[in-house]
Amino acid sequence: MDGGGMPVFWVVAVIFVVSVVGFITGRARALQSAAGDARRLHSLPIYYGSNVALWAIVPAAAALIVWLLMQPMFVNSKVIETLPASLLDGGSSIGLVMSDVRRVAEGLDVAVAQGALSRDAAASIGSSSVNIRDFLGSIGVALGSDVSPEVVDAAQLYRGLNATGSTLMSWIVLAISVLGAAYAYGRSNADFRARNVVERGALGLLIGAASIAIVTTIGILFALLFNTIEFFKLYPATEFFFGTNWSPSFSGRGGLSELGVLPLLWGTFYISFIAMLVAVPIGLFSAIYLSEYASSRVRSVAKPLIEILAGIPTIVYGLFALLTVGPLLVSMFGKDTLNWMQGGTAVMTAGLVMGIMLIPFVSSLSDDIINAVPQALREGSYGLGATQSETIRLVILPAALPGIVGAILLAASRAIGETMIVVLGAGAAARLSMNPFDAMTTITAKIVSQLTGDADFSSPEALVAFALGMTLFALTLGLNVFALFIVRKYREQYD
Amino acid sequence: MPNDTKILNGASHRSLLSKQDAHTQKRNSAEKRFRIYGMVALSIGVLFLIFLFASILRSGLPAFTQTVVNVEFVVSQEEFNKAESKMLKTKAYQDIFVAALNAELEKRNVEIAYDKKTIERIVGKPGGTIRSYFTEDPSRVGRLAAFELTASSRVDGYFNGRVTRESLVDSRFLKAVDLDLVDALHASGIIRQAFNWNFITGTDSGVDNPGGAGLGASVIGSFFMMLVVLFLSLPIGVAASIYLEEFAPKNRWTDFIEVNISNLAAVPSIVFGILGLAVFIQFAGLPQSAPLVGGLVLTLMTLPTIIISTRASLAAVPPSIRDAALGVGASKMQSVFHHVLPLAMPGILTGTIIGLAQALGETAPLLLIGMVGFVAREYPDGFMSGFTDANSAMPAQIYTWASRADPGFYEKAWGGIIILLLFLITMNAIAIILRRRFERRW
Repeated sequence: MDGGGMPVFWVVAVIFVVSVVGFITGRARALQSAAGDARRLHSLPIYYGSNVALWAIVPAAAALIVWLLMQPMFVNSKVIETLPASLLDGGSSIGLVMSDVRRVAEGLDVAVAQGALSRDAAASIGSSSVNIRDFLGSIGVALGSDVSPEVVDAAQLYRGLNATGSTLMSWIVLAISVLGAAYAYGRSNADFRARNVVERGALGLLIGAASIAIVTTIGILFALLFNTIEFFKLYPATEFFFGTNWSPSFSGRGGLSELGVLPLLWGTFYISFIAMLVAVPIGLFSAIYLSEYASSRVRSVAKPLIEILAGIPTIVYGLFALLTVGPLLVSMFGKDTLNWMQGGTAVMTAGLVMGIMLIPFVSSLSDDIINAVPQALREGSYGLGATQSETIRLVILPAALPGIVGAILLAASRAIGETMIVVLGAGAAARLSMNPFDAMTTITAKIVSQLTGDADFSSPEALVAFALGMTLFALTLGLNVFALFIVRKYREQYD
Repeated sequence: MPNDTKILNGASHRSLLSKQDAHTQKRNSAEKRFRIYGMVALSIGVLFLIFLFASILRSGLPAFTQTVVNVEFVVSQEEFNKAESKMLKTKAYQDIFVAALNAELEKRNVEIAYDKKTIERIVGKPGGTIRSYFTEDPSRVGRLAAFELTASSRVDGYFNGRVTRESLVDSRFLKAVDLDLVDALHASGIIRQAFNWNFITGTDSGVDNPGGAGLGASVIGSFFMMLVVLFLSLPIGVAASIYLEEFAPKNRWTDFIEVNISNLAAVPSIVFGILGLAVFIQFAGLPQSAPLVGGLVLTLMTLPTIIISTRASLAAVPPSIRDAALGVGASKMQSVFHHVLPLAMPGILTGTIIGLAQALGETAPLLLIGMVGFVAREYPDGFMSGFTDANSAMPAQIYTWASRADPGFYEKAWGGIIILLLFLITMNAIAIILRRRFERRW
């Protein structure tokens, strides 16, 4: 919202005022039509007011959101149309030129907002002899390179279109709001079935809210797929999926990047495997102890304590891996003793800490599942003379197995998608090695490093992050669906 | 499993109540072992927790103290005029400061030799601070002025144990011989430890000044993000839950929504960051690093949590309430909004607070929408710009500090974690109190 933040805020404020006025007048008109006797109305008076208020808000808000989404696309395509071909000859992409255009336009807006430039002067700055880069630099907007006159022209067009768009939007949206309120106001009379209409409207809003989950999924798929396809246009898919080398070149050299996903997959799975080695035995045995052996006093203390581990943000675990566990492991396995470990960041560091993080995940899910095994099975087993541990091993665990496998798979999907611990604790080097004390890297860590650099968004080095995201999404989704499938298919049904 | 058949086959061993045979002993010791495994696993989990908190506290508490140098002196009108007339004005004030420090040391009978550079290495160049103190208000000239100057981060580290005489490598920041003066000043009470308010209220500093870094601006950034999350995810989440729990017919569309919600709850958070980057920033053109965008992304992440807990509390309201409302002539919508929803409110609020606490600590999506690498040097100027101006957030700020080269920032990162955890503990405590106080069992 380049400088458009305030208009939107005011538009929303005015719509709100219209709806409040609509509510009061609509209610009053309905009462008036019933000669002040609320008993002669079809619905309670409040519904007549709500009807007008809904008509004032909902269509206008929908129009506002659609407009806000469409305007940048429309303006961008208009500006791109007018860009002269000479700008694109120098090997720079449309994306780069457009980001220059946008920066210049934003810079001019900032200058106007700060009072360094009058509105008219900003509109005619292209024709004057001022060096725009120096000028914008002086008010704190840094530009990477000198600005060509074509870019300034495009920036002026961009500003002009955006300004026109914002003004148009304000008036159209306000008109929709007032018209909607007027329409509903006109219908406010004693015979109007206001409650039914309002309730239908409210139901529509509820359905809309519930559908946001679907919109989000579509948004994720759209964001991932669209950019992944772009990436595969620039970089062959077979080399991405089967390449054993990960060495992206830094922007500038271009074309020399090797972007094979296998070393990243290997790092991801290796770290997750170690995490599961830590989390599954500890989590499972804790769950067994808590649900079968522990007195209710121990349980009421220990269970929340273990679950605290699940509430700690992952950044804390990441820092713990980087600054505490890493140095500790180096002092145990490093140069001075066994010389297995070169630095603090390693598969082992990240895996151990991730395992700690997943303990409560495994333990509370398994706890629920073990508790769901009916008491009759336990008593039957004791009746046959089995000890408690025999009952657990031979009766309860087999009965709870599908659920426990599901829980473990869910924990594994968590481990694969975990970001902060591996970004801080696993290192940055992508390699295919068996040594758990080597630094390796994962899909999530590389998504972060490819998208937080200064790389141009249309370069394969940045776009590869979306292909990695797609891989990650498919992996975790597959694991989750598989976990649910196992739970459903093999669940024992007890009554 | 031959062993098992033996257990169940009582004829294979004869057990006497007075004396256990070998097989029973084996079974009993297996029982004991199994029990011990469980106990060990549980204690390992708890030990990890204790270890984690101990290392957070041990490394993070020093961030809340700082080393200050206290000096009191009078600048006479003469000295003021003389200093102002010089070319290098701040240097003149620096000399006044050194002279004052000397006088202070003499007064306390401390004899130590040092050069001016040592002072610079300990407190930096305080000349500018001192000059602006007097030029701001010339009436301060001639009166006793007390200065509390922040010592350099290495000196700070010396008192925290991060820097020791043995580990210190002479550099332009601090030399081992300087520590003699530091010890002397400490012994005479001129250097002391003080609470570091700047860490809580201040803003982020440059990469070479860990001593001046503060978390304040990013707390505000987090606050604005949480406002967005609260005002979007609570109404949307409640509305979605009401529809799914009370109105939705059993059909494909409803199933589809349910599948989507449970899948979104399991999507890795970094994928939401990609969504935010591609849709909110690239496609919709919202500003980078803005709390508004962070809030939108975290809203989408928290929605499944809130929907799941809200549905649970709606489902816990007994059907008799709905039937009674319908029986006295309320519409379905009225029964839900007038009766079921108010009764479910404590549970909904508890779930919302827990969802907010999760969102507050979430870091990965914030990395992708540009909250890292942005140095939050300023507070936002107003309420609206709090949403749209680039800012950092608490976890993003902690990550930024953790990835800087100067180890002085590690201490700040741990300190930031203590503040973050305090916020989370408070939110969870409120949620627990709400639940205990208002939850109804039917």
